[in-house]
Amino acid sequence: MAKERKKIDFKKLEELPPMVMSLRSMAANPTGSWRNLKPVIDASQCIQCTICWKFCPDAAIDWVDDNPLVNLDFCKGCGICAEECPKKCIVMVKEGK
Amino acid sequence: MKPTLPLEELMSPGHLACQGCGAGIAMRVTLKALGQDTIFTFPACCWTVIDGPFPYSCLEVPLLHMAFEATAATASGIKAAMDALGKSKTTICGWAGDGGTFDIGLQALSGAAERNDDIFYFCYDNEAYMNTGIQRSGATPYGAWTTTTPVKHFKKEAKKSIDDIVAAHKVPYQATASVAYPEDLFKKLVKAKDIRGFKFIHIISPCPPGWKARPEDTVKLARLAVQTGIYPIYEVDGGKYVQTMKTPNRKPVLDYLKLQGRFKHLKESDVADIQKMVDTRYAELEKRFSEK
Amino acid sequence: MKKVMMGNHAISHGATLARVQVIAAYPITPQTQVVELLSEIVADGKLKAEFIKVESEHSAMAACIGASSAGARAFTATSAQGLALMHELLHWAAGARLPIVMADINRAMAPPWTIWTDQNDSLSQRDTGWMQIYCQSNQEVLDSVIMAYKVAEKVLMPIMIVLDAFSLSHTYEIVDLPDQALVDKYLPPFDYKYKLDVKNPHTYGGLTTPDWYMEFRVKMHEAMDQALVEIKKEAGEFEKIFGRRYDTVDPYLVEDAETVLVTSGTAASTARFTVDQLRAQGKKVGNLRMRVLRPFPFADVREQLKNAKKVIVIDRNISYGYHGIWAQEVKSALYGHSKVPVFNFIAGLGGRDIFPETIADIVALVDKKKKPDQELYWVEVKR
Ligand SMILES: Cc1ncc(C[n+]2csc(CCOP(=O)(O)OP(=O)(O)O)c2C)c(N)n1
Ligand code: SF4
Ligand code: SF4
Ligand code: SF4
Ligand SMILES: [Mg+2]
Repeated sequence: MAKERKKIDFKKLEELPPMVMSLRSMAANPTGSWRNLKPVIDASQCIQCTICWKFCPDAAIDWVDDNPLVNLDFCKGCGICAEECPKKCIVMVKEGK
Repeated sequence: MKPTLPLEELMSPGHLACQGCGAGIAMRVTLKALGQDTIFTFPACCWTVIDGPFPYSCLEVPLLHMAFEATAATASGIKAAMDALGKSKTTICGWAGDGGTFDIGLQALSGAAERNDDIFYFCYDNEAYMNTGIQRSGATPYGAWTTTTPVKHFKKEAKKSIDDIVAAHKVPYQATASVAYPEDLFKKLVKAKDIRGFKFIHIISPCPPGWKARPEDTVKLARLAVQTGIYPIYEVDGGKYVQTMKTPNRKPVLDYLKLQGRFKHLKESDVADIQKMVDTRYAELEKRFSEK
Repeated sequence: MKKVMMGNHAISHGATLARVQVIAAYPITPQTQVVELLSEIVADGKLKAEFIKVESEHSAMAACIGASSAGARAFTATSAQGLALMHELLHWAAGARLPIVMADINRAMAPPWTIWTDQNDSLSQRDTGWMQIYCQSNQEVLDSVIMAYKVAEKVLMPIMIVLDAFSLSHTYEIVDLPDQALVDKYLPPFDYKYKLDVKNPHTYGGLTTPDWYMEFRVKMHEAMDQALVEIKKEAGEFEKIFGRRYDTVDPYLVEDAETVLVTSGTAASTARFTVDQLRAQGKKVGNLRMRVLRPFPFADVREQLKNAKKVIVIDRNISYGYHGIWAQEVKSALYGHSKVPVFNFIAGLGGRDIFPETIADIVALVDKKKKPDQELYWVEVKR
């Protein structure tokens, strides 16, 4: 499926397929706005164990140059990553701070 | 960095699961294990919503949404079609909640298991009908609050032993798993993928709103479920029981119960009752684990 | 090749000739011979298909939905209680736009337990989005199964082929079994554009908000309109290859008829016998056999009934507290187009025979009346 981030904007019936089917990924739906708390990783403490990444229910942690990076477009702020980090190097901070 | 699971994601972010949804982790790991050559069917359940509304989906594999009680039969139909079309290598999966598995979908599940249809049947178990607002299911454990087992009349019946029901069908492979142990789930799926016939995978998937728990505790709860012996994880491979996560020093069930608002009303004696039930069940399973 | 066969076997042969790829079915009297013969044909390797011996009709339809979604030609057959058990999934098959073909042997609904014919089982499923074709002969049954796939796969809507229990399902008739090569020429393999495909993955049937739900319903309705066009077109195409013609309605001596008997299923054969007898007595009577219930052939019904002075609809079904169901359909088609009085007779429920005399009595009664003085007339009820 097209991984495009843009929403699909149908105008009329004729543009629809015959039945309900997906035409794009939910990656077009940034869920970052659901968040009250945001995870902040202290890179200096991180041992790249990938534990935060593997438990994220939202697939919202990416790897950039072997380091975990929270994708804030999607992270819902559940706090699992912070809770499970063996180095306790992720802190959940209030949004907007 | 050495990830313990493949990096490839077949579940996109942006889906509609609540914060800290265990069922989200369950699907993400499952897709990593099964890969692109996989087709799913879902009944009505939380995953109907999680997947996203028309015209979107968070799965990068084909998915057929279906009626609540029809998961196993639908998967059997897809499998038959793939065989008829010469595409037998594709992995066909039914993916249902506990309500769709223990209760309304049990007949179709039993039919497909008895026919030994070559499909995976997944049950992500959040122990109630969450999609419709936390009503009791046959998977809701003794003592739990739900909207249909209110605090004064908390659930007095034990969780239905779906694993034993499936085992009675003598399917070639079945396993229990926990989202706290993704590598264990991954390993089981990679192994089961090569087994022909019916495969039943039961995954305990904590649900923060339904369990009245903190979203950050999802993995902790899924781990405690195993460590307390409430939800032992094992496989039954060709009839042989193997405990895949040993728990020699089981933690008290209270450690698990006290993190969840759905058990808040329980008195000490209730907790003692639950401890007894868990001990009995665990001893029963231990016997099977030790059988040669 | 001509063969003597029962209606149920005509279904099995039709499905075989259509090269169905997945069959999922559950036994129920009077449908059993359909699946028995098919399982034999598949087991003998004469048809390359997967046969799923499901544990219920509900699962039969679920499996057909799965199979059809994956791009296979899917088939099932059932009756009465089995059809009712499928109800939720009949909506599903149509809403998902799957060209599944199913045979329904009309059997009356329980309670009380019964196995004999009437049409309440299939007519209760009228609004599920399935096309429904009512057959009169075993030849028509076989031919209709083949044509059904052609039409269904074009418009992406499912079709139910309907036949009376016993009076057709278990009645032996001579049937011309068409050559496989001819059928292959007529019916190309099913090539489903919207199949579950790991190389082109899509999700089907997901949550849809009020923003677009209604538009998908418009599309289903338009597909039914198109189906009517296709059914009429296929009547000609099929005739060209096989020499037999099946339209939406099947008129018999209606052109100059003053009284037209509207019937469906095997009651039409009896009605025609009576029509011949009455004609011999100089009575201008005709018969219009309704073949297609959905999509409803409004224009054909109006056209065929335009000269009639009286219309009699004989219903082997009843909508309790209303009329017979075909009568409702016919009346609503005529409303605003014709002032012809429509008399509704309910006959033959639960397999009670409809004899030529039964129909002659109906005509005699109507002869005495200018217009109906009751909403409906019960036929040969003991009271
Ligand atoms: C035949 C039918 N009955 C009831 C429903 C309403 N319904 C939809 S989802 C659901 C509960 C699902 O519970 P479960 O299978 O445990 O999945 P969860 O929502 O907890 O993930 C119910 C009762 C339905 N869709 N279909
Ligand atoms: S869990 Fe903690 S230590 Fe491990 S990779 Fe994530 S941030 Fe780094
Ligand atoms: S807070 Fe939750 S959603 Fe956000 S990155 Fe951590 S685990 Fe993922
Ligand atoms: S209700 Fe529970 S299972 Fe459902 S999406 Fe929310 S967290 Fe997941
Ligand atoms: Mg549930």
